[in-house]
Amino acid sequence: MTVAVLFDANRCIGCRGCQVACKQWNENDEAIPTEENGVDSKNLGSNENPPRLSAHTWTRIRFTELEYNGKFHWVFTKVQCMHCEHPACVAACPVGALTKTAEGPVIYDDNKCFGCRYCMVACPFGIPSFEWEDPLPWIRKCTFCMERLNEGLEPSCVKTCPTNALELGEREELIQKARERIAKAPDKYVDHIYGEKEVGGTSWLYLSPVPFKELGFPELDSEPVTVDAERAMGAVAPVLLGVAATMAGIYWLCKRREKISQDKSTKKETLK
Amino acid sequence: MQRRHPFSIGTSILSILVILGLAVMIYRFVNGLGAISNLSDGRPWGLWISFDLYCGVALAAGGFTLAGAVYIFRLEKYHPVVRPAILTAFLGYTLVILALLVDLGQPWYIWHIIINWNVHSPLFEVGMCVMTYTVVLALEFSPAVFEGLNRSNLPVVRDINWRVPWGVIRAIQIPLVIAGVVLSTLHQSSLGSMLLMMPTTLHALWYSPILPILFLVSAIAVGPAMVIFESTLSNRVFGHRLETDILSGLAKIVPYILGLFLLLKFFELMAVGEIGLIFTAYPYNLLWWGEIIIGSVLPIILFSIPDIRQSRKGVFWTSVLVIMGLIFNRFNVSMLALGMRPGYVYFPHWMEFAISIGLVADALLVVWLAYRFLPIIQHEEMAEVKA
Ligand code: SF4
Ligand code: SF4
Repeated sequence: MTVAVLFDANRCIGCRGCQVACKQWNENDEAIPTEENGVDSKNLGSNENPPRLSAHTWTRIRFTELEYNGKFHWVFTKVQCMHCEHPACVAACPVGALTKTAEGPVIYDDNKCFGCRYCMVACPFGIPSFEWEDPLPWIRKCTFCMERLNEGLEPSCVKTCPTNALELGEREELIQKARERIAKAPDKYVDHIYGEKEVGGTSWLYLSPVPFKELGFPELDSEPVTVDAERAMGAVAPVLLGVAATMAGIYWLCKRREKISQDKSTKKETLK
Repeated sequence: MQRRHPFSIGTSILSILVILGLAVMIYRFVNGLGAISNLSDGRPWGLWISFDLYCGVALAAGGFTLAGAVYIFRLEKYHPVVRPAILTAFLGYTLVILALLVDLGQPWYIWHIIINWNVHSPLFEVGMCVMTYTVVLALEFSPAVFEGLNRSNLPVVRDINWRVPWGVIRAIQIPLVIAGVVLSTLHQSSLGSMLLMMPTTLHALWYSPILPILFLVSAIAVGPAMVIFESTLSNRVFGHRLETDILSGLAKIVPYILGLFLLLKFFELMAVGEIGLIFTAYPYNLLWWGEIIIGSVLPIILFSIPDIRQSRKGVFWTSVLVIMGLIFNRFNVSMLALGMRPGYVYFPHWMEFAISIGLVADALLVVWLAYRFLPIIQHEEMAEVKA
């Protein structure tokens, strides 16, 4: 029983209420994005702003204009931590500052982190941000509003969404719901629930009228990105013992050979 | 004292670099990492990780390869280069730790890794091994310090019997060396395991489940090359002379290890059916070929030619190729071939360079002091006294 959120791009109207709600609930004020405030405020040719996630922006709406199947589409998609089922960030963090909770959210603990940023490098979705300008920097990313969930409330963004483009629910049920929605209107949706299989599944699920590749979603296998590393780490204990034993053995052999050849030469000398 | 003169220019340049590095470090701790680096959310690891951690650890591999060869495989011939190798390894690891103290967001919490274990994290293993191995290296080197102290004429120091701690370390030398080999095997390969977490961002020419093995093999290959490199240089500066026999002996081993490395690389690409990428994946294939030709193909050919192995120059410059190839490789896997988040660019800030260069200057100064004041090359005196 894990929680998840289903995002339906056919319902999203790009109001960015979720973006604002996230900043308000998490007290993430940001300087007004002007050059004087040191914020890169380039117009990227669309309505989206800020241009990317940061330690103060944990979610944002991405705007994509494209032609698909001979039709013009203006698609809005929400970007934030996907709360993976097999999170690379959790496997990477050397001090266990990131954890996958039984309920589903992937949460972060300031009290353990020391700022190595391996989580940022490892995350296949490029999510965690770092407080680069702060002399006492931490990692920041979407928390799934864990503290609200614990009180029986919906995440701030879900609560705010005026069109029900965001829905909180049980993961399996949401996948079921998404399937039904695709089946009911196969011309309105591509037959793909992003997040159902990607990197072993995520707690955020997406429906879209166009292929996800066109929307800037990374194309990912269904295999978790952590498997190879896991296998390698599993070999650590045997390698440790094996190398230690081999080295001790070689030392013993070489020492013995040395001794034998020494004995031989002394013997020869006595014989002479 | 006379030899000091030509060195004073060198040492003063080094000192300036050290001071500059220190100044940048202070600036960093007041203003945050963003103020001195071009690192960003799109490129969270940069020059320090690629150069100081990835290259630094690999280039310090001379310590465990030589210690293993001499004390475990009993190749006594290489005894004269063991101590310099251990010293440079120790300094190398100290540099790695210092660089990490700059790179970590909150280095004062570095001890968190000792109490909060995530044994599934390759970086946890690297961290633990690097810390422990630095201590092991310090112990492995300590006999030289005790010998130096034993000879000194300083008032209090001279009254202490330095032979006691010296004897203790000597007694546990073999376990120490074995521990060093084990720890090195583990973390040299774990640096490769760290990249296993990035199958989607590391380019397919480099990503491979056998990265840990490739990392270990290339580190073992660069160990002897580093020893050749640094002993040739220190010979030039300090006027000792090493037997050509030792150098060419070391040079003879390298092609075998590099050959193994090459085979593994090619077979892995063939096994997963990605060998075609070496022709098609422009521009990455150029980086790949660069690394392979400079670091493996050329050295294998050159080191196999007896005339080159007999010439000091030939051995030295071929070792330089091996080292450059390794640096190329580590930069490829940890920076150039590692994808960035869309919309970001990265080139190191000059202050990032200042930190890395300052740290190298630190090490060179310490090496210079050690060669002046400690018995690094000839070091059997105390043993003879005892026997
Ligand atoms: S999206 Fe990235 S940060 Fe979020 S849980 Fe997955 S790996 Fe971790
Ligand atoms: S930056 Fe912090 S949370 Fe991220 S991997 Fe390092 S210690 Fe863990």
